[in-house]
Amino acid sequence: MNRRSALARGFCSLVALVGMAGWAGGLEPAASAQPIKVGHFASMTGKEATFGQSTDNGIRLALKEINEAGGLNGRPIELITYDDKGESKEAGNAVTRLITSDKVVAVLGEVASSLSLAGGAVCEQNKVPMISPSSTNARVTAGKKYVFRVCFIDTFQAAAIATFTREHLGLTRAAILYDQTQAYSKGLRDDFTKSFKKLGGEIVADQAYNGGDTDFSAQLTTIRAANPEIIFVPGYYTEGGNIAIQARKLGITAPLIGGDGWDSSQLAAIGKDAIEGSYYSNHSSPDQPNMKDFVEKYQREYGATPDALGGLGYDAMMVLFDAMKRAKSLNGPDLAEAIAQTKDFKGVTGNITIDKNHNAQKGVVIVQIKNGQPVFVAEVDPSKSDKK
Amino acid sequence: MADTRHNLALRGRELTPGGVHGALMGAVRALAPLAAAIGIALLLHFVIRPWVSGYNEFWGSRVPLDVGINVILAVSLTMVNGFTGQFSLGHAAFMAVGAYSAAGAVYYTSYRLWGDAAMYGGVLSGLSPEGGPLMTGADLLFLGSVLLGGLIAAFCGYLVGLPSLRLRGDYLAIVTLGFGEIVRVLITSQTTDTLYDAEEIAQTPLWELPRYLGGPVGFTGLPFYTSLFWVWLFAVLTLVVAYRLKESTYGRAFLSIREDEIAAEAMGIKTTRYKVRAFVLAAFFAGVAGALYAHTIGVQLSANELGFMKSFDIIIMVVLGGMGSISGAAIAAAILSVLPEFLRSPPGIFSPVMMGLVIASLALVLLFTKRRVRSAVIVLASAAAYEGVRRWAESQGINLADYRMILYALALILMMILRPQGLFGVREIWNAWHVPPLRPRKDEGGKSGTAGKAPTP
Amino acid sequence: MTDSAALAVEALAVTIPTLVLDKFLQTLMDGITVGSLYALIALGYTMVYGILKFINFAHSDVFVLGAWVSFSAAAVAGFIDQDLAAEGVQTAPVAGWVIKTLLGVTVAAGLVGIYEHLVRPRLPKPVCDYCPPVRSAPTLALVAVWGFVAVGLAYAARWVLAISPPAEPSRASFGTLTSGGLILLLAMVTCGLVGFCVERLAYKPLRNAPRLNVLITAIGVSLFLQNLGQTKWMFGTRPDRMATLVPDKTLFTIAGGEGQMGVPIRLVDVLVIGTAIVLMVGLDRLVFHTRIGRAMRAVSFSERNAALMGIDVNKVISFTFVLGAALAAAAGFLMGQKYPGLNQTAAAGWVLLGLKAFVAAVIGGIGNIRGAMLGGLLIGLLEFFGTAYISPELRDVYVFSILILVLLFKPSGLLGKAVTEKV
Repeated sequence: MNRRSALARGFCSLVALVGMAGWAGGLEPAASAQPIKVGHFASMTGKEATFGQSTDNGIRLALKEINEAGGLNGRPIELITYDDKGESKEAGNAVTRLITSDKVVAVLGEVASSLSLAGGAVCEQNKVPMISPSSTNARVTAGKKYVFRVCFIDTFQAAAIATFTREHLGLTRAAILYDQTQAYSKGLRDDFTKSFKKLGGEIVADQAYNGGDTDFSAQLTTIRAANPEIIFVPGYYTEGGNIAIQARKLGITAPLIGGDGWDSSQLAAIGKDAIEGSYYSNHSSPDQPNMKDFVEKYQREYGATPDALGGLGYDAMMVLFDAMKRAKSLNGPDLAEAIAQTKDFKGVTGNITIDKNHNAQKGVVIVQIKNGQPVFVAEVDPSKSDKK
Repeated sequence: MADTRHNLALRGRELTPGGVHGALMGAVRALAPLAAAIGIALLLHFVIRPWVSGYNEFWGSRVPLDVGINVILAVSLTMVNGFTGQFSLGHAAFMAVGAYSAAGAVYYTSYRLWGDAAMYGGVLSGLSPEGGPLMTGADLLFLGSVLLGGLIAAFCGYLVGLPSLRLRGDYLAIVTLGFGEIVRVLITSQTTDTLYDAEEIAQTPLWELPRYLGGPVGFTGLPFYTSLFWVWLFAVLTLVVAYRLKESTYGRAFLSIREDEIAAEAMGIKTTRYKVRAFVLAAFFAGVAGALYAHTIGVQLSANELGFMKSFDIIIMVVLGGMGSISGAAIAAAILSVLPEFLRSPPGIFSPVMMGLVIASLALVLLFTKRRVRSAVIVLASAAAYEGVRRWAESQGINLADYRMILYALALILMMILRPQGLFGVREIWNAWHVPPLRPRKDEGGKSGTAGKAPTP
Repeated sequence: MTDSAALAVEALAVTIPTLVLDKFLQTLMDGITVGSLYALIALGYTMVYGILKFINFAHSDVFVLGAWVSFSAAAVAGFIDQDLAAEGVQTAPVAGWVIKTLLGVTVAAGLVGIYEHLVRPRLPKPVCDYCPPVRSAPTLALVAVWGFVAVGLAYAARWVLAISPPAEPSRASFGTLTSGGLILLLAMVTCGLVGFCVERLAYKPLRNAPRLNVLITAIGVSLFLQNLGQTKWMFGTRPDRMATLVPDKTLFTIAGGEGQMGVPIRLVDVLVIGTAIVLMVGLDRLVFHTRIGRAMRAVSFSERNAALMGIDVNKVISFTFVLGAALAAAAGFLMGQKYPGLNQTAAAGWVLLGLKAFVAAVIGGIGNIRGAMLGGLLIGLLEFFGTAYISPELRDVYVFSILILVLLFKPSGLLGKAVTEKV
């Protein structure tokens, strides 16, 4: 061991330590600033990018209005959005960072249930309230004190669809074509099967596809052979369009019915004639008054029509703001209590009441596509169904 | 009479005495790494983590956890890709197998023993433990499950490796890729959610339980046992195993297979057997990493996320560090775990973080490279370019975080073009402790300047 | 046909349950259509592997780009309402940044050319040493010209549609068909350019690097293209519908008996299969009956010896990449015609399609062109028959299981030759 190299080693280590100290020095906790920070974790890139960006747009629109009206007691609200690329580990990281580094008072997100479950675990442990705009899997809020949602859950929505199909349309033979890679789709399919059978209906075919598939002819051929009266397609609109086109090509004349994952202007843009006359469930219909205003505002701001997620993002932020106004303080437990007491909040996607399971109680609206536009058909509340 | 100093065989015998003394020495040699691992892990978990978390919890608790898991993954992949030169593209599949096995074991056993899957661990488990005993039965259950996950993954590695390691390099890549996809599809096409009713679980027979692994939503309801202690315990063990492997006769065999497989075969090394051994070992550690990953808070274990993209991430870490370099893989794993978080909101060049980074890089570069001026200029130029891009983006109102993935991809491409051997090439950080001379000596033929022997970037 | 034969056929037609025949023929039809698309993409993989011995993971992204570029081109040409508009044609402009970039490249080419040929020879000696030669002028000029040709094709498509619009919506006319052909050509040209640039910038510097490094670069390029396609000035994250350039006509129906739907043979399917066959036959002729094809085969056999024979290896490699990319773009265009709903560029569905095409290339014998065509067809048929008759959930498992089986029992692929390694 040569003296020079030993000296060099020592010097290098010292300098590296200085560097590390500089790094550590940069890790000081954020000083408490005037704006109130709210966090949002969403898939802004990656395969779920469509959904994350829609939700973010909705939230920012709401935030703009809130801040223009003065914010919370004069304090503006600042939104920090972190991209999670559609991966649950990133979601966990993003939420941890929002809570611990950025010191947000509440977290909004996510669309995909698996990501909400990941982020929710972190929020629950750190006692920070989280509102999911559109995760529909029941386990996202089950047993949690700090996680809420402003959308209905799969069981509720599926029951509503089943009730509508059975009672409003009077049909008994239904086929299902669901996305087996999406928990949302699977959940809706499970619950629809249960409800529909309970109401006396019959599931004549039950086929699955993978999210992102472009070809459904094999499944549709099997469905065609079973001769259903209606086909339940609880997936996202990204595949809904293609499914409708291929179903018509195969000569299936039965209408399709979908869940709120169908809500997007792109559905009709892609499906066109094929999707005409099909139904889907939604939080509200664009020709309802509260939705009309929102659609106009959104169009002015972003130059495109919003989909369901934009509306839900908007509502999530508004519900949070409303709770912030009512809360005793902005601590986690107090804010969570205020959110839990939300009653009859008039959101753009319907009247929102947070029930004891932290889910939103609101009516399910069934719309039908006429001339490329969704048109209100009925509002369904499955608990008030005739046959039980 | 043989001079023992030069007769390695005799010297070897001298160095390893027999009898009780030898046995004791052997035991110490074997257990020392474990003790060291436990020591380091305890230090990290009980001392360093609270200290750093006092400043910033994310960088103190969360990031070292990610780094640890990625270190295990990268170092285990080095055993296959780096040592034996085999091309495995399905490493994340073993991670998935290990993760699901361990998750199922912990979850369902927890239900059968205690009626639910809450956290029953002691202070060693969980990221911010409240208090309580050091170690409980639940911790032992977790440890056992992690090892079980590793073993099942190793078994799968054996099943996959044995037939495919006969094939040429590219074909192994394709087979492992296919295997990864099959695992992913098989798990996500399950249509059942995890059971969460205690009675139902008690009544389901053991062989039916693997059907209830969650499907596309992932394995919901896992208790979050993973902590810095567990992760770094296994990370240090992996590093030690890899180091010892490399320096042993096994390691020599692996390296020879990498250099020239036909020559190795000609020299009598049964290449397939050694390759399978490397593969199985790597799969074991990948399974362990997967098990630890599954129980991290904020992770929803889902086979969709452990597909070939994750395998690519691990491969990138290995290649970035230098194929065949353990320390390189570990350091690259650390850098690549931190980089995406860093790119989320890149700090300005004059902030303490960036200044510290620039000073540290300048120091390292000035000391360890031969062409000092050029390297220093490169560091300063990249710092300036970084700041320039950041300022331009700010002025344009472009949020750089949106382009994170594009920048990452570009950085990857540039890295491969400009420095294909990775950070360390095939050398280790503990071999690179020589400093090149400040001025090369022309007169003396390198006698006094032993320090000037550094083969450097 | 004799009477007895006709009676026999009739008897068979009655006894075989018509539904089974329906389903079988339908599945066969779809399998061949999608299989030919896989074949087109697999050709790109196999050609690149044959020449450079590496798996170009970025190839499937060229396929996606092809689909989306034809979508944009269709909008520029005037199929803007995703319909064959009858009254006047509404067109979208070519994106501003495209023209600006091309102009920038032209200017760069000019500057570099001036520097290299006019300035550098005239520099005084000491300064000259510090000014390295930059020989990219011809390449930059080529890129610029290529890009302008693509843009020109878009305008040509627009012009053709304007002078011969369809009589009513959803009907074909000379204008729509020619315009469609021009859009296909445009997609191939543009993606060829993308392939060329990728090869020059990312793969050429790594010609002598170890294979894993090139693989990582390919992954980097793939990530780059995917995320670039997602940005707002490219294609965004919203799925969209590809314009229908071919009217939805059924040519004839293989009747399945009374009350059954039968199997419609649609114009779209026929065109897709037809175009794919034409392209594949063209490629086959190119590779086996022309000089450049011979050069490609020579380089794939032995690069060094080919160079010794006077073949410009760099040109051949670039040409191969361009060819592969063009075929993938054609596949993307055709895919858009058959399945009009296009997902955003980073969606999981595209990656899986590319992966299956890669599996097709491997099964056919990687490096073997006819093998790739056969492999594509096989994978298409296998996937569709498996989904229809065994289980739709395990759609992807069939493809990968076959891959593993083939690799275990005949690793060189169906049409590949086992290569003995020489020491």
